[in-house]
Amino acid sequence: MEAFEILFTTSLWVAAIRIASPLIFATMGELICERAGVLNLGIEGIMTVGAFAGWFAVYAGGDLWFGVIAAALAGAAFGLLHGVLTVPLGLSQHVTGIGITLLATSLTYFIYRIALPEVTSPPKIESFQPLAIPVLSDIPLVGPALFNQTPLTYLAYATVAIVAWVLYRTPAGLAVRAAGENPSSVEAQGISVTAVRVGAVMAGSALMAIGGAFLTMSAFNSFFFEMINGRGWICIALVVFGSWRPGKALVGAILFAAFDAYQVRLQQVTGGIVPYQVFLMLPYVLSILALIAVARRATYPKALMVPYQKGER
Amino acid sequence: MRLEPKPSPSIVHTLLYPAGAIVATLLVASLLVMAAGASPFNVFWLVLKGAAGSQFALVETLTRATPLIFTGLAVAVAFRAKLWNIGAEAQLYIGAVMTVVLGTGAVTLPSLALIPLIMISAMFAGALLLLGPALLKTRFGVDEVVTTLLLNFIILLFVSMLLEGVLKDPMGLGWPQSKRIIAEAQLPRLIQGKRLHFGFVIAIASALVTWVIMKKTVLGYEMRAVGHNGEAARFAGIPVNRVLMKTALLSGGLAALAGFSEVAGLKGNLTLDLSPGYGYTGIVVAMLAMLNPLGVIAAAIFVAGIFVGADAMSRSAGVPSYIAQVMVATALLTMVTAIMLTRFRIRWR
Repeated sequence: MEAFEILFTTSLWVAAIRIASPLIFATMGELICERAGVLNLGIEGIMTVGAFAGWFAVYAGGDLWFGVIAAALAGAAFGLLHGVLTVPLGLSQHVTGIGITLLATSLTYFIYRIALPEVTSPPKIESFQPLAIPVLSDIPLVGPALFNQTPLTYLAYATVAIVAWVLYRTPAGLAVRAAGENPSSVEAQGISVTAVRVGAVMAGSALMAIGGAFLTMSAFNSFFFEMINGRGWICIALVVFGSWRPGKALVGAILFAAFDAYQVRLQQVTGGIVPYQVFLMLPYVLSILALIAVARRATYPKALMVPYQKGER
Repeated sequence: MRLEPKPSPSIVHTLLYPAGAIVATLLVASLLVMAAGASPFNVFWLVLKGAAGSQFALVETLTRATPLIFTGLAVAVAFRAKLWNIGAEAQLYIGAVMTVVLGTGAVTLPSLALIPLIMISAMFAGALLLLGPALLKTRFGVDEVVTTLLLNFIILLFVSMLLEGVLKDPMGLGWPQSKRIIAEAQLPRLIQGKRLHFGFVIAIASALVTWVIMKKTVLGYEMRAVGHNGEAARFAGIPVNRVLMKTALLSGGLAALAGFSEVAGLKGNLTLDLSPGYGYTGIVVAMLAMLNPLGVIAAAIFVAGIFVGADAMSRSAGVPSYIAQVMVATALLTMVTAIMLTRFRIRWR
């Protein structure tokens, strides 16, 4: 039973964690935005910006970590735009988000074309290399999968822990959660709902951009068009699947990635009897099925997509 | 700061703010053009000339506007009832698939029977495709934004599978493309030897019909009520879920017509690059039109003009044609802001 044996190969789980890493960053980013009450459909475009900004900063001679920071700043800038339009101005979060995605994507492609007018194949950079953690990486199966990855993957693990800690253990996290559940309680504390929400959208967008940068700086080593390929939309589904909790969303991201890695390997086993497009469809179909499965008990943040007006109840 | 609704928006503001949005869009575009090392005035002139400077340019703009009218209408109808259909791209492709399934010789009828048959089948397929997410929304509470977005990817892969499988043209030299449709399935050209086709007329007629539905029928009234306040509509005895289903059928059907018209009127066969994002651009068109079906015609021609003009400009001035997409996206964001400012007053503290 070859299809079953794949599940116990190291390479499957190494690939799963690699595929999960950008999703973890972007899912945490979307989760922060939604916890504060703002749906961010700019995610797909912001990931594109991050993928380009990080890669281009390194291509232009910067350090790899400088590239990560450049991606985060570019993402935060678009987050600021989304935040200002949807929070104080109260514009439709759906329409604005789609607008941000269209703007961020087209702007990235435009800048790519003027920055690199003559290239036929995208230039490569020296990307992040795997860094084995001593002892831990020697554990069979799990070791190489979890502890022989690039530093950006370790940063992704750390991000989940930090997001969970900030959300549940700090006053700032309490303000973010309250802004998404009951904004007038935030105002009653003398804290500005606008500031909390815009800040959360900026921080979340920075994480989405780092997720995009993972693709160009760790998973691959160059930037090409349409490389995000719906990953942002998948992350929106993962936030719902994880019922807006960082830990559950992490599990969802890894399950999804494992499935994605598995379908690629399954294609080789079936030897072309089933069209390859069917396998490529499966992750998207799985996302929809997962949404249906959790929809009945999904508890949205109560003030998600509800604009807040000071002094209004 | 806080927003206060204006009792009656002044005419000056209604004209001034949208004008400001256009100026802001041009400013953003100017910065990018200068970054690309060209002169903004020259580039804008070339875009204008490329979009409307000759009979050829005008015909090309109207041809490009045709699919955008359909997808713009699809989005306008859905968004009016707050059904967030971001899947017009997928519905377009399903309409195109139906067109080649029926139009490549499987059915032989005279044009006057075959074309309506194909149109209705395409609309039916698109309508069904959106009915799925709409049912998931009303029955299970699954957010339709995500499902319609993900369906875009699923359907494109499905089309790719068909084009490499059952719909593949055996004479296509291995390219993933369908056979060409038969002569009886082709929409006539409006001007001899030009690309503008009868699909444009169908698009205008669809806009008129949609306008009548939205403004003059009970369904249109119910759709607006559901979009304005779903709870209140339910309380007033409007069957909200049934209205959403009808909205989905109408919206999906309209988007599918874009695919039908592109294949039957322009391309003649189905390829994977049939639509360069017409489904997504339809969102911009609908918003620029403030969701008014007749406004969609003007907005679609405007947006198509930017795309066609930028293509022509890019060939001569060397500024990447992606400037068109940037301008369209910027216009969307500035215009929704402008519309908000005409209706609300900002009070600082």
